[in-house]
Amino acid sequence: MTSINTKSASSFDVARAYEMLYLARRADEELGDAVKQGRVPLPVHLSIGQEAISVGACLALDKKDIVFGTYRGHALYLSKGGSLKKMFAELYGKVTGCAKGKGGSMHLVDIGAGIMGMSAIVGTGIPNATGYALGLQYQKKMNVVVNFFGDGATEEGAFHESLNFAALKKLPIIYICENNEYAISTHRSRRQPDGGIAARAKSYGIPTEIIRNNDSIAVYEAVKKAREFILSKNSGPVFLECLTYRWRQHLGPHEDFGPGGRDRKEVEPWIRNDEMIRIGKMLTEKVRNNIEGRVERSIRSATMYAEKSPTPQQSDLWTDVFA
Amino acid sequence: MTMKKRIISYTEAIREATAQEMRRDSAVVVLGQGVDYDRGLLGTTKGLVNEFGPQRVFDTPLSEDGMTGISIGAALSGLRPIHTHVRMDFLTLTMNQLVNIAAKARYMFGGVVRVPLVIRTLIGDGWGAQHSQGLHSWFAHIPGIKIVAPSTPHDAKGCLIQAIRDNNPVIFIEHFKLYEQKGEVAEKLYVVPFGKAVVRRRGGDVTLVGISYMNVECLRAAEILKKSGVNCEVIDPVSLAPLDMGTIVRSVRKTGKLIVVDAAWTSCGVSAEISAGVAEALGTKKHLKIERIGFATVPSPNAPALEKHFYPGAEKIARVAFKIVRGTSAKLTFVGNQGDVSNGMTEKV
Repeated sequence: MTSINTKSASSFDVARAYEMLYLARRADEELGDAVKQGRVPLPVHLSIGQEAISVGACLALDKKDIVFGTYRGHALYLSKGGSLKKMFAELYGKVTGCAKGKGGSMHLVDIGAGIMGMSAIVGTGIPNATGYALGLQYQKKMNVVVNFFGDGATEEGAFHESLNFAALKKLPIIYICENNEYAISTHRSRRQPDGGIAARAKSYGIPTEIIRNNDSIAVYEAVKKAREFILSKNSGPVFLECLTYRWRQHLGPHEDFGPGGRDRKEVEPWIRNDEMIRIGKMLTEKVRNNIEGRVERSIRSATMYAEKSPTPQQSDLWTDVFA
Repeated sequence: MTMKKRIISYTEAIREATAQEMRRDSAVVVLGQGVDYDRGLLGTTKGLVNEFGPQRVFDTPLSEDGMTGISIGAALSGLRPIHTHVRMDFLTLTMNQLVNIAAKARYMFGGVVRVPLVIRTLIGDGWGAQHSQGLHSWFAHIPGIKIVAPSTPHDAKGCLIQAIRDNNPVIFIEHFKLYEQKGEVAEKLYVVPFGKAVVRRRGGDVTLVGISYMNVECLRAAEILKKSGVNCEVIDPVSLAPLDMGTIVRSVRKTGKLIVVDAAWTSCGVSAEISAGVAEALGTKKHLKIERIGFATVPSPNAPALEKHFYPGAEKIARVAFKIVRGTSAKLTFVGNQGDVSNGMTEKV
């Protein structure tokens, strides 16, 4: 366990990090309950247990940096500054949702916050993120793309095609693999031979780092360093493999431990070392309570907003097919 | 004083449209295998890299799926990529990106993004089972993608400029045999709007709808049939999605007989879509005769002796049309030289 001295962790904003971790966790707990109660329809993939990766990374980014995520994108969306109430409205299927109710949980988007629409087919977003980085390079913009995906995506051909091209063209992109070791219930050892995920990126000549223990400070430091390196030295892509763990089932609000699912013993150390609690302990109780109170109020307000918002009309079905 | 007609080839029309748009709009880039070669992609991108530089005209690794996704990402960032896939057969490798992202991004993200991407690709013929397919019906099935298949140099230039300026994904379909066609093309920039079919030849006995290069063969067939007293109306859909059914229906309302000729298989093809649309519009109003002509329903063979039975041509179209007009026992005898299209629309080199 790294010993924490909040002042020496460079410019890591502990209070801000705790607020983001607490928001992501509580929003997904509330949404999980809403699914159980039938207020929010499936499909919903919760970020619970993995929030630290998005939080650490987004703390190191500029508002104009761009992120691409996946169907498990709630924590990323919120950490990058996506609108909380529009996310709730989207999951409730309302026309005030961030995608007007047409995308749902798997396709969150907030262009103003630099959150490109998230895609649900494993690996598909990686070429899109890479192409966006090509666009930034062409337009000489001083921003990076950060592309989040899971361990399963590193088996898709598109992952390899994208890294090959990004390395070739020295694109300004940080690839972040949230390795929770599972594709639904299939452990990585049944899908990949020995060698590890970071080695795959290394094979394209891309500098890599592995970050363990859901350490949001380490993720923050790594992304900050990568971003500076990319923008000041035109170094090309950087790859971060971040080890983490999913606390709930792949799809839906319940747990999946037991026969036919995962072993509960696996999740226990991750729960014991909950990054949200670890970061929270660095603050005084007063500051922590203030933050928590603020977040709880926002979530209640977002829930009311979603519940009171209108549903789309039949005529809305036909809009936005073409620009 | 009459202006001298400016006649250029289909190949040159594509090259000119690309170069003119690239001069006008710095967001336009061209990528694909061989686009920066001396000859460019079969002549259509010749010289572009010299004028616009390697950041705007570049070759790609052999990663059809990844590179298509990358083009989409570049389009999302504000560029207007023209991505070439020399054979439409290769689009099978890009289906996920084109169908699940490009076609759907605007809708599933509630209208806040757009994908201004052009995919240029060639269909038919003569290159065997994996290099000759016309797969446009697959894409015509999907809401969110536009498809255009111009058959003349004039339309090639105008449609490509429209495609580049369109803020949606457009599949621009070319045909090997169209490259050598020559026709009148204005030097200035102009667009051919999508969703408008062109009546290339007027006649009252039978409607021939010819897709892509098949339009040229339909015009040849019309010349053959004229000598036997059958007058064809030849329609070029130009745009396959959106598809101008109105023009086709108006014609078949007049002739009562429709033959759709596609550079593709007929099963579940664009020819089936057109036939169904006409039947829906006119089926209860009059007795219709409808036939579809396309590739033989086998994979494309290599030997020339087999190819001639695989690909449709003017003679087959003329025979089928003659039967449909004069009755199934009627037999068409060919009179004189049937090879040329002499209605002034296009001239073969």
